Amino acid sequence: MALEKITRVAGRAVNVPGNDIDTDRIIPARFMKCVTFDGLGEYLFYDMRRNADGSEKAHPLNEQRHKGASILLSGVNFGCGSSREHAPQALQKYGIRAVIAEGFAEIFLGNSTTLGMPCVAAGREDIARIAAAVDRDPGTEVVIDLVGSRATFAGQSIPVSIRESARDALVKGMWDPIGELIEGAGAAGRVASGLPYMSA
Amino acid sequence: MPKTLFEKVWDAHSVRRLANGQTQLLVGTHLIHEVTSPQAFGMMRDLGLKVAMPHRTFATVDHIVPTDQVSEPYADPLADAMIKELRRSCAEFGITFFDRSTGKQGIVHIVGPEQGITQPGTTIACGDSHTSTHGAFGAIAFGIGTTQIRDVLATQTMALGRLKVRRVEVNGRLRPGVYAKDVILHIICSLGVNGGTGYAYEYAGEVFDRFSMEERMTVCNMSIEGGARAGYVNPDETTFAYLKGRPYSPKGAAWDAAVARWRAVASDAGCAYDDVVRIDAADIAPTVTWGINPGQGIPITGIVPDPAKAATVDERSSIEEALAYMKLLPGAPIKGTKIDVAFLGSCTNGRLSDFQEVARYLKGRRVAPGIKAIAVPGSQGVGLLCEELGIDKVFRDAGFEWRNAGCSMCLAMNPDKLVGDQLCASSSNRNFKGRQGSPTGRTILMSPIMVAAAAVTGSVADAREVFGVNAN
Ligand code: SF4
Repeated sequence: MALEKITRVAGRAVNVPGNDIDTDRIIPARFMKCVTFDGLGEYLFYDMRRNADGSEKAHPLNEQRHKGASILLSGVNFGCGSSREHAPQALQKYGIRAVIAEGFAEIFLGNSTTLGMPCVAAGREDIARIAAAVDRDPGTEVVIDLVGSRATFAGQSIPVSIRESARDALVKGMWDPIGELIEGAGAAGRVASGLPYMSA
Repeated sequence: MPKTLFEKVWDAHSVRRLANGQTQLLVGTHLIHEVTSPQAFGMMRDLGLKVAMPHRTFATVDHIVPTDQVSEPYADPLADAMIKELRRSCAEFGITFFDRSTGKQGIVHIVGPEQGITQPGTTIACGDSHTSTHGAFGAIAFGIGTTQIRDVLATQTMALGRLKVRRVEVNGRLRPGVYAKDVILHIICSLGVNGGTGYAYEYAGEVFDRFSMEERMTVCNMSIEGGARAGYVNPDETTFAYLKGRPYSPKGAAWDAAVARWRAVASDAGCAYDDVVRIDAADIAPTVTWGINPGQGIPITGIVPDPAKAATVDERSSIEEALAYMKLLPGAPIKGTKIDVAFLGSCTNGRLSDFQEVARYLKGRRVAPGIKAIAVPGSQGVGLLCEELGIDKVFRDAGFEWRNAGCSMCLAMNPDKLVGDQLCASSSNRNFKGRQGSPTGRTILMSPIMVAAAAVTGSVADAREVFGVNAN
């Protein structure tokens, strides 16, 4: 299966500050009553963005100047909580192509990588510098270079890091492992036949 | 070389190394439910793929089922569509479905063990983060995303990086009135909500040796709340006794062979761990949360933290955010906080022993006026056992609503929801903002006995005082 080799992500950024932003906040469970992921983008961060009556609250994603941003900035332990792929799917369907945060929850990082959406870690001060540049000029282009491990914006450059296996998968265009897993089907069958519980 | 259980199970299920350095890991047992699988079946259809080993996938329905309505169609058309979609996919791909009509339906993490599907030395995957529950049997059990569900359906394998292993030992004796739920809340509060990143937790020590399987499940269940991808307990006689005679447990000579294998899969004496943490059981108190993640907890005798006394700026802002949401005051005792709802159930504490233990104390007591109290067995099997033992009657007589099996008020995907800023004393596992269905709803996590104490007093209470637990 030929997939896009993701070596860089470029776009405008939006800062959604906060630590431990969990998957229930990214996509509240009541919007998961669906049999496809298609409409999820609409409900991204729903309860952070809207009041009970549906009217908008003050939230970066509601600001006109940040419409069309495709890189999300956030804090520590982003995406903690549930294994729901609905969370990265909601981000991606909304138009997010990469997340830069101080750190990520394990399952969220894996799920995002499989969708071809890089989760890139950076230091707090550095993220604050991007946020400040974006705040001054929402049109600022941020470029994440996955190979060189840098993010550049407004003439500045900061180091970023990405888990080695995730980088590899993204830059080689192998982020969706299904093709490789199918190739290993024969070998998997042999391992299974050595395990009594699997044949019972 | 002595090895940990994790290493043995991992090695036995490794198929090969993938180009990105991850391992193609064989998934022995795949469990699915209605929320995270329909999109995976959709992907299978789009790619024209078949399920590789349909006899190794088991389905049930839990998140969206109403607990007060059994007949279909459900009042909520979206929920109704989801159960029908799962039924259709299971029929199409040849997968066993513990539907409501089978009497075996329930929360996936309760059904697997109950049916004897969850076994030591196996790998288990399920599109649900609390899959770590199954580690109680000495299985390596992972919560996975929907695209990975597709991978497992199509190939019975998935791509995964190897985890490190941290041994979490709890030694000594738990004090009266302290339960498995308190043990795991204490562990999460001590090690942090992301302290387990990159690790599988091996729970061990005297407390775990003495624990029943249901208590071990309660602890393993919340491994994910501590950031660990998996958690397990080495299998022992308690494990084998639990599994003996269950529908999917091996029988006859196969049973003896299985027990021999299971014994051998436990971590070897003298094996190396990436980290070891030791906790004294006597330091663990009945624990309740005050904030908006499960690591924000204190002993029931404690006071709500003061942001002004926080050690770091980060901590300060997270305390402020939590207190603003929870509408709690810094420095106030948590005991006495008025509640609106008491919820007893979920994959953390919705098993027979949870209801049994509470019933011992609830007999002859009444839920406080104005409190909505619901008891929801985690599976039809648990419900049936409770009814045979008359436990449901104890709950009903006390003023609890006794419901049908499901996830219920653990999350907001069925009609059981908080309203407005109601405060819920809950035996579930997550107190995130909005978790229980209202964007301003508030959750305090605690053990089942503490939920009962809150229900009868109408406020967060010390079960030891309310029920005289110390006397036992
Ligand atoms: S009971 Fe709660 S945590 Fe457990 S599977 Fe259901 S929704 Fe998830």
